[in-house]
Order: sequence, then C-alpha cells, then structure tokens
Amino acid sequence: MSSEPPTPPEQPGGKKKVVRLGDRLFQAVATGSGIFVVTIIAAIGLFLLVRAIPALHANEANFLLSGQWRTGDPENMAFGIVDLAWITVASSLVALIIAMPVAGGIALFLTQYAPKVLARPFAYVVDLLAAVPSVIYGLWGALVLAPVLKPVALWINGTLGWIPIFADGNVPANSGSNVFTAGIVLAVMILPIITGVAREVFERTPSAQIEGALALGATKWEVVRTTVWPFGRSGFVGGAMLGLGRALGETVALTVILSYTFEGPHYSIFDAGATFASRIALGSAEFNNHLTVGAYIAAGLVLFISTFAVNALARWIESGSGKGKK
Amino acid sequence: MRTDTADLERPASAPAFQQLGLGRKIKNHTATVLFGLAFLVAVIPLLWVLFTLVQRGLAPMLNADWWNHSFYGLLPNDSGGGIYHALVGTLEQTLVCALIAVPLGVTVGIFLIEYGRNSKLARTTTFMVDILSGLPSIVAGLFIYALWITTFGFDRSGFAVSLSLVLLMLPVVVRVTETMLTIVPDELREASYALGVPKWKTIVKVVLPTSFSGIITGIILGLARVMGETAPLLILVGYSRAINYNLFDGPMASLPLTVYTARKTSTEAGEYRMWGAALTLVLLIMLINLLATLLSKLFAVKTR
Repeated sequence: MSSEPPTPPEQPGGKKKVVRLGDRLFQAVATGSGIFVVTIIAAIGLFLLVRAIPALHANEANFLLSGQWRTGDPENMAFGIVDLAWITVASSLVALIIAMPVAGGIALFLTQYAPKVLARPFAYVVDLLAAVPSVIYGLWGALVLAPVLKPVALWINGTLGWIPIFADGNVPANSGSNVFTAGIVLAVMILPIITGVAREVFERTPSAQIEGALALGATKWEVVRTTVWPFGRSGFVGGAMLGLGRALGETVALTVILSYTFEGPHYSIFDAGATFASRIALGSAEFNNHLTVGAYIAAGLVLFISTFAVNALARWIESGSGKGKK
Repeated sequence: MRTDTADLERPASAPAFQQLGLGRKIKNHTATVLFGLAFLVAVIPLLWVLFTLVQRGLAPMLNADWWNHSFYGLLPNDSGGGIYHALVGTLEQTLVCALIAVPLGVTVGIFLIEYGRNSKLARTTTFMVDILSGLPSIVAGLFIYALWITTFGFDRSGFAVSLSLVLLMLPVVVRVTETMLTIVPDELREASYALGVPKWKTIVKVVLPTSFSGIITGIILGLARVMGETAPLLILVGYSRAINYNLFDGPMASLPLTVYTARKTSTEAGEYRMWGAALTLVLLIMLINLLATLLSKLFAVKTR
C-alpha cells in the first residue's frame, strides 16, 4: 500500500507525548483482533492435527496409500486417502480445464470489448453465479444437467475411449453421477472467482501500452495478444489457482452429484466415488465416537493443507503480477 | 546511388487507415466473437438454474401454509407443510454469526489500515485473511466440531453452525472494511487531528461514518453468502422437521439443510419440498442482495 493514513501529530511543545487511555485501548483491541485472525488459522491446523493423531494411530491401513474407507467400528478401522485424492483432483482438474479459457474470455470481453456502460452490469451477472448456493448447483447438476450430458458423455466414451482418461470408469458413462458431470458443475461454480481476478488484472494494463499498440496499427485482437495478455497472464493464473482451491474444497454440490461406489477407481473421468470433502459430509451420520471422527478429521486435515498450499501459491503468483514488468 | 526525386515527395509514413490483410481481419473477428461467446456461456447456466428453480419450486411457495407451517408430523409421502421452521433456523444462525463476525471483522480492518500499516503483523494478518477466505466450508465445520463439540463437550446445535459461519464470513467483512477505509481521504483524518481530536475518536466519528455505506453493503453481501452454506451444517447440527427457536439446544432446520435432507426422500412430496425450499433460499439471498444495494444508495456519502 503506497498511501498511508496520517498519524496524529506529536503534542507540540511538551517533552512527553500525551497518551490517551482511549487510544491505547482502541489500538489494543484492533491489534488483538489482528492477532486473533492469525491465531484462528494456527488453531485450525492444530486442532485438526490433535484430533487426527489418535485415529491415525488406530488405523490399520496405510493412510496415504490405501483406498479403503472403513471407519464405523473404532476397534477395527482401515482408511486411506488414495481414492479420495483421485476423485478430488480429477473433478477439480476437469473444472479448471473448462473454466480457465471461458473465464479468460469473459474477463477479456468485459475489460476490452464490452461497451463501458454495459461492462458493469455484465460483470454483475457473472458475479451472480457465485451467489447461488452450492447445494442448488448440486441439485441442478444431478437432476437437470446430468440427463442432458448423457449423450455427450456416451459420445466421448465411445469415440475417445481409447484414451485411458475417457475409458470406462467404475460407473457407466450415462449415469451422470460421475466426475465428468461433477467437473462441469464445478467449472460453473469457480467461473466467477477466476473471472473476477482476471478482470482486475486485465483492467490494470497500462493504457500507454494499449495506445502504443493501436498506434502501430494493431487490430483489437493484436492489442489483446501483445499487451493485455502478457501483462495479466500471471494474475490470471493466480485467479485460476484460487478457483482450484475452491474446487478442491467444494463439498455439497459434489456430495449430491457423485454417487458412492465401493469399487476402486479406474482412473477415468467416468469414475464415481467421493472427494475429501464429500467423504466427510457423507460420513457425518457416523460421527459418534472420537476415533471415527478422527478418521474424517484426518481427511479434513489433508484437505486443509492442500487448499492452504494452493491458496498461498495463488496469492503469491497474483501479488507478483503486474509489478516489475515493463 | 541516386535517389529518385519522386520518392522524396512521398509522405514519410503510410496512410493511417491502411487496408488490413484478410488473415488479420479474420483473426480479429474470430477473437471478438469467441470472447463474446465466453460471456454467453456463463449466462446460460445462470439462467438455466434460475429457470429450473422457478419452474419446479414456485408451486409450493404459492401455498399460504408454506410460510407459516413446518414439516412437523408429515410423512415422506404427505404433501403440504411449510418452510417456517427452516426460515427461523437460517435467520437465527446467520444473525448470530453476523453479531460475532461483524465487530471482529471491522476491528481487524481498522487494525490493518489505521494501526498496522506495513508492519509484519499486518502482512501476516492479510495473508491469513486470504487463507481464511479460501478455507473449504467443510473444514470450517470440522474445526468447530473438533473445538466446540469434541474439546469443549457441547452438543451439536445451531450455535455451533453460527460459529463455523463466522469463519466463512470474517474474511468478507475484513476485506470490505479494508477497501472502504483506504478510500477515506486523508484530508479528513488530518482535519480531525488538527482540531485536536484523538486518533480513536477520529476513527469512530470520522473515518467509520464516511465508509459506513460501503461497509454495511459488504456485510450484507457476506451475510447472503454464508446463508447458503450447507457443508458445516451437515456435521454441526441435526435436521429437525419441527420449529426450534433455541439456537443452543436440539436439532434445528435451516433452508440449505432442508434442501439437502429433502433430496434423500425421493418421493413426489419430497421433490416438491426440495425445490420449494431451494427457490425460497435463492429468493431470500436475492432479497438480501437487493437490500444491500438499496442501503448503499440510501447511506451513500453525499459528495457535495
């Protein structure tokens, strides 16, 4: 931040500065809340860790390498995260692959193409996508979108089935309760986040660069390609990472859309199963003893750490964009 | 070497409005069309979701019972009943959440802008607020479960839900306060100091009122956002089909939880209730968004 608010001037004349009680109190409260926020994040990590450790000790399977999830009986628990990780990563990547080009396109459209008067209402429309609760996206995805996607899924499966990722999964391609449908719904959900960030960085393109390109006879597209895009690219990638963070942690929409199978994944986008988040949501019914809950908390801890990492990376990329580049 | 005099007579640069090559023209037009299409692609799901909601959820809402009855005593196959119990739950949970998150978030914002400056603590806080805003809601729920229910030994309740919503609302309030306080012109602060007003009084009487409309708008938008959260509810409170006014005891319904629970009863009556509750939730969120816009207009600082 370049401009800092001014401080009250020192008391004139007097050698000792008058410190008012109100000022002291107020500053203490404000600083205290700042410290509190920092503590919350630390507490989240700490509490999840403390609750997860006993369950991890009682775990009979390898937590990182097993795909089982048997947690009902605290005496005999075996749980691992491999399957959860695959479904989580696969659905988020499908979402990202779909959402990134669309979000980039929208951001460029809103900042460079849309008439100035309409840019704001148009951006508001995209932001409205974020106002719809995720449980409703879940319903829409499972009951409305999935039947519509059926022929698309069958076509992809039939025509491109020789590529392993599109081969038969552990649920039929036409069932709709698979990673394919989930990824498309997730793409809609993360679209406003990526668009928002990208719009902000594209808007900050120095107008001298744009005018320079125009003066050299560039077409609108060439202006975008040679000035706006190189300037905003890293910010756009940062926005995409934020979207990825959101997709990794999305819970209810995926709980509603994905069906749960006991069959292991076939590493296809026509797999079903559970993500970290939806596994926890599905397991809420069996939250009845500390060890069982601990198993879910262990999964939550992995989710927390991965979203923390992704978000931190996103902020880092984002903060570097548009600076130090000429 | 000899120079042709005719060449010297020629203008130094090519005419400004040259004919574009066909290839460049095509590329330019394709790009324009593609970027416009991208926007349309985003509008389609929005309209589609809203259309589905209205088409399937309007019927229950037109029934008078919908607004002042609960689902108490209804079997999965019975139609009728209302959403009153869930409305009560949603409003209570989000209001209590706001009561905690708003003062906390505003003071954090004040710290960041008025006191923290570029201190190390302020930078750490900003980073943590960023991380908090990317926190998956289910993790917020798990944390409150580990803290409130396992460690402190309380029962699952509506209040536990409020606590988890605080975590999700806090970053929104901090971000908004921060932005609004940066906009306040320094001249106002300087004028106040020049009159000998202490710093804390300057903040309370000058800085905050100036940015009031922006902060209130942001708070209400944050409220609308947490209102639709479902994930923490699944682990922090049981669903009740009866009206429960008590945040601290017993299962409690709310709109998102009702939608999620009704999804499991795949009867016609269940679907009817599910879409009804879903449309009610979205209408409530839209209403609150509208309120935010209205308030920001009403309280807007007069610039003249």
